[in-house]
Amino acid sequence: MITLLQNFIDAVSLGSLYALTALGVGLLFGVLRLINFAHANFITIGAYAIIVPSTNAIATLYIGAWHWAVMSTAVVVIVVALAVVTEFIVFRPLRRADPPTLLVASFALAYALQYITLLIYDGRPKAVDIGSNLAEQVMVGELRIPKLEILTIAVTLALIVSLALFLKRTRYGIQIRAAAEDFRMARLLGVRANTVIAVAFALSGVLAAAVSLLFLARTGMLAPRMGLPLVLIAFVATVIGGMGSLVGAAVGGFVVGFASVVLQVVLPVEIRQFRDAFVYLLVIAILLWRPAGLIQVRAITERV
Amino acid sequence: MAGASPLERIWPVIALWALLLVIVALAELFGGGILNRVVTDALVKVVVVVGLYIFVGNSGVMSFGSISFMAIGAYASVWQTCCPKLKPINMSGLPDFLRYNTFDLFPSAVSSVVFATILAAIIGFPIMRLSGIAASIATFAVLAIVNVVYGNWDRVTLGTNSVVGIPRYVDMWVALGCAAITIAAAYAYQCSRSGRSLRAARQDEVAAKAVGVNVPRERLIAWTISAAFIGLGGVLYAHNIGVITINNFYLDMTFITLAMLVIGGMKSLAGAVIGVVALATLQELLRQVELGFVVGGLSIKSPPGVQEVVIGIVMLLILVLRPGGLTGGREFSWPSPKRRPRS
Repeated sequence: MITLLQNFIDAVSLGSLYALTALGVGLLFGVLRLINFAHANFITIGAYAIIVPSTNAIATLYIGAWHWAVMSTAVVVIVVALAVVTEFIVFRPLRRADPPTLLVASFALAYALQYITLLIYDGRPKAVDIGSNLAEQVMVGELRIPKLEILTIAVTLALIVSLALFLKRTRYGIQIRAAAEDFRMARLLGVRANTVIAVAFALSGVLAAAVSLLFLARTGMLAPRMGLPLVLIAFVATVIGGMGSLVGAAVGGFVVGFASVVLQVVLPVEIRQFRDAFVYLLVIAILLWRPAGLIQVRAITERV
Repeated sequence: MAGASPLERIWPVIALWALLLVIVALAELFGGGILNRVVTDALVKVVVVVGLYIFVGNSGVMSFGSISFMAIGAYASVWQTCCPKLKPINMSGLPDFLRYNTFDLFPSAVSSVVFATILAAIIGFPIMRLSGIAASIATFAVLAIVNVVYGNWDRVTLGTNSVVGIPRYVDMWVALGCAAITIAAAYAYQCSRSGRSLRAARQDEVAAKAVGVNVPRERLIAWTISAAFIGLGGVLYAHNIGVITINNFYLDMTFITLAMLVIGGMKSLAGAVIGVVALATLQELLRQVELGFVVGGLSIKSPPGVQEVVIGIVMLLILVLRPGGLTGGREFSWPSPKRRPRS
């Protein structure tokens, strides 16, 4: 029973990271029909932002040495700025492009950003020490829960709730949802496309920044491709959740998180290293069963 | 194209053959060993990118998973032809007939391509039922699966370690021959009934369905043929370089080949070939800059990594400024004074 609960908490915390990433990806997909590969770079650059830029093998903390609240704010600001700037430079000129072109553009952007990161910081992974006190465990009855897992789950809950409130209650939130439903109609009714898209990019930047810090605290290691596995998982999470649905993206994230932990537990040791392959196979299986994802969105199916 | 003469009909293929032949001939006449290798590499890329074009160009669905079949083809050929001393010890997971035998190069290449093709047909069956963007993501899952499996299956693939000592038989002329065959096959497919149906669905899926095109079926046909040639590209890659690791066939290769296709123009066969020629030339120039050169007593040298950043930016510029790619989706058409409307 205890191990079951332990695994459950692992699953929720891993699923939280996936869900946050998937929400960031899903937000832009909803509004722009853009699958943003560069989200991986947002996460990576957010993590690298806490050290002094250099190619040295030893990382020196800069922003990371500040008080945690200031550090988090700084990282959020940096990643949001990056997200908005890429929107302005790359995606605004491509406003009329079709989804496959956008997809390729974001792939190219991700490739360029990844090698820029490599040029500035060098390709070798660097160990950093942030939030090492988060590794401590809290005893709840006989359960040992690392503080980091509690923090991850709490931050995710807070972000999901505030995102939901933002989308439901505020003017820009309502505009984003309107744009996701039918962009052209929304524009006819006076929604400003550039503003809505910029806000969506900024929001995905906030989510990416949160993932940067939580993931970095988990691994303690900076690497130029660190955001990639998360974003690949997030892509499949948005697909199995149902493309274009934010609830679907979050659900998809948790589904994949749970599947990973369950597979980790039930797979025999000798094939455990293939776990991720099974996760992706599961994704294909879900798609066979429900080609439009778990939560279907009417706006996404093309009308004649 | 009714009423066109046979030569006129196959002109787009002839023109591309001629282009590649001229490049190879020039390299043979004036180039040294290095230029030969650059041209051979580029011709192997032609096989892969034209293979990619058969699916992506005709269907309009981006594939991020096709490079998996390069890995599958490459490893399949390596298992059959490489390392008779090493295999019994290090690749203990191989079935005995592979572990203790070495096969001839040509039949191995053929069987490797067949292996990649069969796997592609099986993998493609569920994926091709998905809509465009979801299918693209699912192809990504394929890339990830193949990377995880080959990267961890130590007893069969040596994991992420390099396999070395692969017999190297692919020279410029072998690569040219394979590129020529791939180009002809791609053109034959795009002119076939299936190819034309698929291109119709690319333009307007709903309308194509309305006139009876079975989109998933045509996509699966294109995907499978495409994977066959990408598998061939993998075989050539392994026997050209002589060393492979699974990470040769992951995101960077996916990116470069897609970049070639997009820069050339993904809607035409000519675009696929021109894209390889253009980007391979750019890569080589940037590599020279990375190695360093001297201009007017000033030595210029760029740090490693600049090459990739420049290619990423060039690709973005092409997407913004010339979304149809260099060729704008046109084939090389018969040089005739009166312009016929494009089909």
